[in-house]
Amino acid sequence: MRDPGELVIDIADVTKLYRMGSEVVHALRGVTMKIHRNAYLAVMGPSGSGKSTLMNMLGGLDTPTAGYYDFAGEDVAEMSDAELADIRNREIGCVFQSFNLRPRSNAIHNVELPLIYAGVRANVRKERAMEALENVGLGDRMHHRPNELSGGQRQRVAIARALVNRPSIILADEPTGALDTKTGVEIMELFEDLYAKGNTIIMVTHEEDVARHARRIVRLRDGLIEADETNLDAPPRT
Amino acid sequence: MGDHCVGVIVVEGEQAAVVVDHGEDRDWNFHRHRRDDSGEWSAVEDQGRIEYAGGEQSAGFKFPIVNFSDPRERFGNRPDVRYRQALRFKDLMGDAARVSMITSRGGRRVYHEQEHTNPNVRFVGTDENYLTSYSYEVAAGRPISSDDVDFARSVCLIGEDIRKKLFSSKEAVGGTVRIDGNSLTVIGGLESKGSSFGQSQDNIIGAPISRWFNVYGRSGRSISINVQASSAEEMEAVHEQTIGTMCLVRGLLPEDGNNFNTTTNDSVMKTFDQALNTVVIGAFVISAIALLVAGVGVMNIMLVSVTERTREIGSRKSLGARKKTILSQFLLEAVTLSLFGGIAGILFGIVGGNLAGQLLNAAVVFPVGWATADLVVCSGIGTTFGLYPAWEASSLDPIEALRYE
Ligand SMILES: Nc1ncnc2c1ncn2[C@@H]1O[C@H](COP(=O)(O)OP(=O)(O)O)[C@@H](O)[C@H]1O
Ligand SMILES: [Mg+2]
Repeated sequence: MRDPGELVIDIADVTKLYRMGSEVVHALRGVTMKIHRNAYLAVMGPSGSGKSTLMNMLGGLDTPTAGYYDFAGEDVAEMSDAELADIRNREIGCVFQSFNLRPRSNAIHNVELPLIYAGVRANVRKERAMEALENVGLGDRMHHRPNELSGGQRQRVAIARALVNRPSIILADEPTGALDTKTGVEIMELFEDLYAKGNTIIMVTHEEDVARHARRIVRLRDGLIEADETNLDAPPRT
Repeated sequence: MGDHCVGVIVVEGEQAAVVVDHGEDRDWNFHRHRRDDSGEWSAVEDQGRIEYAGGEQSAGFKFPIVNFSDPRERFGNRPDVRYRQALRFKDLMGDAARVSMITSRGGRRVYHEQEHTNPNVRFVGTDENYLTSYSYEVAAGRPISSDDVDFARSVCLIGEDIRKKLFSSKEAVGGTVRIDGNSLTVIGGLESKGSSFGQSQDNIIGAPISRWFNVYGRSGRSISINVQASSAEEMEAVHEQTIGTMCLVRGLLPEDGNNFNTTTNDSVMKTFDQALNTVVIGAFVISAIALLVAGVGVMNIMLVSVTERTREIGSRKSLGARKKTILSQFLLEAVTLSLFGGIAGILFGIVGGNLAGQLLNAAVVFPVGWATADLVVCSGIGTTFGLYPAWEASSLDPIEALRYE
């Protein structure tokens, strides 16, 4: 077994309540887990089990109702808006099921956006955006707008955007959910590649085929962890 | 002076009109008399007013003009400036300044053979100094001479509009025109002066003032007297002399005070400035209201934009945009939007100003100060009214925003 890396994500007894009028929805009922650097983790579970809620929390986009979240040893609850924004900008790259690309901007401009927020100079920005697009195999689609790209290509633009600031952690919420099997496989190959380069990958999926790529699988049910196990079927590390 | 009464013409209540022969003066005049409590008749003292008006609108007041004008328009309680007084005034002023007498009636129709003009011609009764005072030039023929005035000759000068209408290509000088039943021989045509404040200055006909009085009669009319100094330096002195002479003509003692008004180009300019000030204040108030409305409009547009782009805002936040970044992005958009309005306003002003300038025959100046103020105010409006929408945008919860449909 490989030596686990530095602890980056440490959550304890995290709960999340949604109040819908008089009704209270328990999206998370007390989740505890630790994730080390260069982990490759799949979160599985039936629809409504709290997977997305958990991912949003890990990405610093949502705050828990109760419980603790330490990111790289720091309490996220204590962070200011600017500190949280910086973590989202530099440490974590989020990939969503819906790609959330800017429709009127081409691939380069979409990918550049996080670099703008990071304060990178314009010429360096363009260079790095192009590099990121090449890394996801879109070297020949840089000037295309989202509506001129296929679903898989759009998802890859979104992944390039998530990676352009070289975050150590990639959070992907059903990254293949909107894609056909073939393009889904391409995305998985891309993740495998990133994992091999030392990135931490946390992805949500409800497909066993997709989850098979991960080295660790966490199963949620009704806002609780049902199982948290090493994936013995994982492909050998390249 | 040899004035003596030739007879009482009308006795009407406590007032009488007395015909007076002025001796050397060429005219007989009517004087109003009133019987006072003791039963004595005494002449009703003429209370008049003198007005300066700008004749040299375009020449930059090289020849400043003093103008005595009809009191009936604004100072009905002041007595008319009589022809007799005007003649004496002119006489007494001598060579000190160029004095001209003017009386006029608008809405006249001028005939020539089968042709006639519209009933909108101004018929001016005046003298040999009129053309210079009002900066007209004679294009053909000759101007009115002092002899024309002395002998009340049936001659006239016609403006370019009238010449075109009645004579077209024919020679006008020597022709005969009719106006209000009187025949006048054309002795000259005036050079076109174009229009001023939307009014053609060429739609006029001028005759010796004495002739003019023969057409319309003399009672109840007040003459405008125009006094032109030979240079701006002499203006002040000429003005003083004008007032002094008028007092003398009317037999006013210093303690009586003036029963006439004088206006100089300067004071006309002052009046004009005051009117302009009122316009500026009015424009300011209207602008302020318009800006408030526009500001609310900007706010509305921005709020709609924030709502429509909620998902985009969520996406930006998830990619690391700070609150401050989103705030400044939307503020910048609001300012840009407002500046577009401001620039459109300046362009609109340039177009409108040039059109108005053309219409009023006035020089057009680009007001750099106002244009700058426009841009500054528009930026201010954009910032002020964009602040709330921008704040709303920056305060959006990233997850809520991303989930927004
Ligand atoms: N913003 C919200 N308001 C109310 N209920 C919510 C909200 N987000 C999620 N939920 C509820 O929380 C539960 C977990 O949702 P989610 O994390 O999206 O599940 P999953 O991604 O596993 O399908 C669901 O029952 C869902 O209806
Ligand atoms: Mg989900």
